[in-house]
Amino acid sequence: MLQVIKIVWQAIRQLSGDDAYERYLRHHAEHHAAESEPLSKQAFFKKWQDEKWQGVKRCC
Amino acid sequence: MVAVLGAGAVSGIALNRGEPINALWFITAALCIYAIGYRFYAAWIAATVLMVDETRATPAERLENGSDFIPTNRWIVFGHHFAAIAGPGPLVGPTLAAQFGYLPGTLWILFGAVLGGCVQDMVTLFLSTRRDAKSLGQMARDELGALGGTAALIATFVIMIILIAVLGLVVVNAMKHSPWATFTVSATIPIAMLVGVYMRYIRVGQVLEASALGVVLLLLAVAGGRVIDESATLRVLFDHEGLTLAWWVMAYGFAAAILPVWLLLAPRDYLSTYMKLGTITLLAVAIILLQPDVKMPAVTQFIDGTGPIFGGKLFPFVFITIACGAISGFHALIASGTTPKLLTNERDIRMIGYGGMLLESFVAIMAMIAATVLDPGVFFAINSSAGVVGKEAVDAVAKISSWGYPVTVEQMQVLAQQMGEATLFARTGGAPSLAVGMASIFGSAFGESMLALWYHFAIMFEAIFILTTLDAGTRVGRFMLQDILGNKWAAMGRTSWLPSVIVTSAVVVSLWGYFLYIGVIDPNGGVNILWPLFGIANQMLAAIALCVATGILVKSAKGKYAFITGAPLLWLIIITSTAAWQKLTSDDVRIGFLAAANDLSAKLAAGLLPPDKAAVAPKLIFNFQLDAVITLFFVSLLWLIVFDMVRVCVRYLTGKSVPVLTEVPHSFTRLAEEWVRD
Repeated sequence: MLQVIKIVWQAIRQLSGDDAYERYLRHHAEHHAAESEPLSKQAFFKKWQDEKWQGVKRCC
Repeated sequence: MVAVLGAGAVSGIALNRGEPINALWFITAALCIYAIGYRFYAAWIAATVLMVDETRATPAERLENGSDFIPTNRWIVFGHHFAAIAGPGPLVGPTLAAQFGYLPGTLWILFGAVLGGCVQDMVTLFLSTRRDAKSLGQMARDELGALGGTAALIATFVIMIILIAVLGLVVVNAMKHSPWATFTVSATIPIAMLVGVYMRYIRVGQVLEASALGVVLLLLAVAGGRVIDESATLRVLFDHEGLTLAWWVMAYGFAAAILPVWLLLAPRDYLSTYMKLGTITLLAVAIILLQPDVKMPAVTQFIDGTGPIFGGKLFPFVFITIACGAISGFHALIASGTTPKLLTNERDIRMIGYGGMLLESFVAIMAMIAATVLDPGVFFAINSSAGVVGKEAVDAVAKISSWGYPVTVEQMQVLAQQMGEATLFARTGGAPSLAVGMASIFGSAFGESMLALWYHFAIMFEAIFILTTLDAGTRVGRFMLQDILGNKWAAMGRTSWLPSVIVTSAVVVSLWGYFLYIGVIDPNGGVNILWPLFGIANQMLAAIALCVATGILVKSAKGKYAFITGAPLLWLIIITSTAAWQKLTSDDVRIGFLAAANDLSAKLAAGLLPPDKAAVAPKLIFNFQLDAVITLFFVSLLWLIVFDMVRVCVRYLTGKSVPVLTEVPHSFTRLAEEWVRD
């Protein structure tokens, strides 16, 4: 039961973008750790939000 | 087993005459048809026609960059995809089309989705996934030629303008002289801004926390509207004419297009997505719990074209009125470009593309149920404009009762009072009648005493994502315009250059603002004109997507399977062309744009119009003529693209040169099985 709640909660976090920064840090650590420091949470969030809203994202 | 139950439910709905039918049959029929379509047709298309290849790396894997290209769990992608495709369209269309009775709309929603809309979404998603998540316009350009690409771009821009105008009109009609609704809808703006500031500065990136705060505030705003409504001094602040509200909606659209996304657009989108998913789930639960009887007849006499909500015969207008929910071209814009960037494995294309559209179709079925559980007399009283049934309540009920749908003034007064509104007569646009339907379903399932709250909750729910589509659409329109102008004058193309931002936003707002303005001053309500225009535009965009898909299938030597997109395409060509033809040439003033313009001119010249109507007549005449031009433009564009597609196919089949397939070569996925399925 606890396991199910945990999975659902993680899905909700991922759907809403609540864990976007954590996922970014993981991606950065895996792929770009040698090249640069990761962005701060504030800077990442700004970039993430701006990118999310380019182009057609909502329909009729 | 499923097939037998499904066949039973469908024939139950279709053959039942004269006695009330339970809404649960609609749900049963829908779920069975969806299950069969998904299990057999979609699986066959995926395996045999598209040949999805689960060993092949998707763009999300090959181009992963941690921001927009991210391999994502398929349920999460499904959630994003569904939230993006489902807007107010599948709620409004079925409500309006219920004037033909419940049967025609329901059948079209079910079979249109399974054979047309779902296939379009799935095939477009597949094609874009095989092409580095390119957009529909880009694919049209690459695979058919410059003509197809340009047409797709122009079509997208025009449809956006019409869509925003008609949605704006729906909101304005829902708020007209309703202080409660106006207060609640206005309150969503500062609430969204507060959520935006919270996410940006107070608790950075805490999306869920901020959204929870926003949802609580929204519910408080719904309840607070009652206080405003009951206070004599406060209610005048929120009691406005349609025209005043229309100006405010335009001012809002302009502000939303130039303000930074984090302040208004992004937080509003969060709130509307939660509201949308939550309310739709709640509605499904309520219908299953309550099992209401559908009171609308299966087919009404209005299939002959004399319907009070919009003029035009069953064929082709039911297919134009219900676009979203059966087949919607707009989805092709989401299925190409946006969703493929998240897709982890090709095998999930069926679930996300086909399944996502099935769920939207189900939303349309629920909207149909909400409209048809109302007494038909009440339904027509809410949705018929004063121009059709008369300004006075007594005239309206007499006229509606004379059609065979009895309704009384007292009944309407009691209902309006229960819903916390001054009147429910002539509240066109679909939103109020849907809200009454939803409120009565929610009220019966979860407590009768809160009808007014449920009604205004439903209005808020519709308004919040209509306004989201409105501001997101204005912004996209602005970007497209900047892109087009940028080709001529580089500075205009810079999306952050303030003069360019202001000029292009103002142009986009004034384009849809014009149609909104005309819709508001139109004594027949405006929706009857704008909604068919939107339907034609949306079906035309679907036809473009299906043309691209059919062209690619033929070029990929899968010509014998081209019917999967070719057949829906043919049907769309038939209905859009017929509808456009009737809109242009019909002698009936309620159908033909030119007939309406001529009729109004003649009346104006003969001095037959009362002074208030005579004052707006020249504007309406011009608008009818403009609408005729736009319709002509839509069909010409459609035929142009169809001919371009046929040309490419014929050239291919006769061995001549065609634009080469731009499919990206196969590379093996390295994402492990369990990772994909987690």
